[in-house]
Amino acid sequence: MPGRDKGSVDEKHPTDGGDLEGRRRSLDAALAARSENSAKGRKDRGSGGGAGFAQALKLSSEFIAGILVGAGIGYLIDRFVGTSPWGLVIFLLLGFAAGVLNVLRSAGMVAEPKSAMGSGDKPDKTE
Amino acid sequence: MANDPISQFQISKIIPIENVGGLDLSFTNSSLFMVATVAVTSLFLYLTTANRGLVPGRLQSLSEMSYEFVASMLRDAAGTQGMRFFPLVFSLFMFVLIANLIGMFPYFFTVTSSIIVTFALAILVIGTVVFYGFMKHGLKFLGLFVPEGVPGILVPLVVAIEVISFLSRPISLSVRLFANMLAGHITLKVFAGFVVSLSTFGVLGIGGAILPLLMAVALTGLEFLVAFLQAYVFAVLTCMYLNDALHPSH
Repeated sequence: MPGRDKGSVDEKHPTDGGDLEGRRRSLDAALAARSENSAKGRKDRGSGGGAGFAQALKLSSEFIAGILVGAGIGYLIDRFVGTSPWGLVIFLLLGFAAGVLNVLRSAGMVAEPKSAMGSGDKPDKTE
Repeated sequence: MANDPISQFQISKIIPIENVGGLDLSFTNSSLFMVATVAVTSLFLYLTTANRGLVPGRLQSLSEMSYEFVASMLRDAAGTQGMRFFPLVFSLFMFVLIANLIGMFPYFFTVTSSIIVTFALAILVIGTVVFYGFMKHGLKFLGLFVPEGVPGILVPLVVAIEVISFLSRPISLSVRLFANMLAGHITLKVFAGFVVSLSTFGVLGIGGAILPLLMAVALTGLEFLVAFLQAYVFAVLTCMYLNDALHPSH
């Protein structure tokens, strides 16, 4: 592939102006492809080793945070509106749902809300 | 320093400045190590790039690598538009990374093992997301909470879940970093403590102390990995949340 690129560039060399543009464009494309590759390689390297450990902590903290926030909102509503214990009960359950949603989303099993409109319930990678 | 594994996280006042308008603004050991973190980061980045060579030396390429690392992370997650947040993300990444690494020195205080520090960092991130989201998109930013294609009757329920999920982000962001550093340092201290207490039991004890010693050595390596990984995770999630602020619904 690189050989053919070089050949085409050499062929066009005598014509000036547009040739420089073309060379610059092909260089841009090659650089973009290379940086994409290196980014991918970096990501792959990051997913080895202690990443499983990190993933476990990430998922558990996502889940716990959802429940804690739900319970906190429910408790505050009860406190200020005086609907005890219904606010806590309902928002704890909603927090549980949010925690599950957090976990599924960070595990990449559920599409992010922005892509949900286009691709339905396709199990899409997050980014 | 005391032998129990928790006392390393105790905050002690170095210069007491109490009761400034009802606030305790004492300069603590935590503040000292925060200042040290900032100083080390700034000095490192300044000195290594002071005599810019076209062909970078070892240290210069280290700081260039950290720049490239964060820049490509941000570009992947939030696109080129996200580069306007580069100073924020880079500062956060370097602060967390250097604070974690400084905490690996024996007898040093680990700033990121206090939840109030990590929570302040997380609130800074989410505050930026909310502020910028409303500034750029106005009320359309709330579209983040309403996924399309949901039957009308379910919308209140889904919105409530999405809002809770959004509010749980700063908590999970801060708890993750804090819990990793706290748990790692406690484990390290416990295994190191085993070495000392086993070796008081004569020859057999000293022989047995080799096992926790090996464990402590292995855990030290793991802790360096965790220190880097947590800074990376913090920065990556910051990028993803900033992406929400830039493109709330598309």
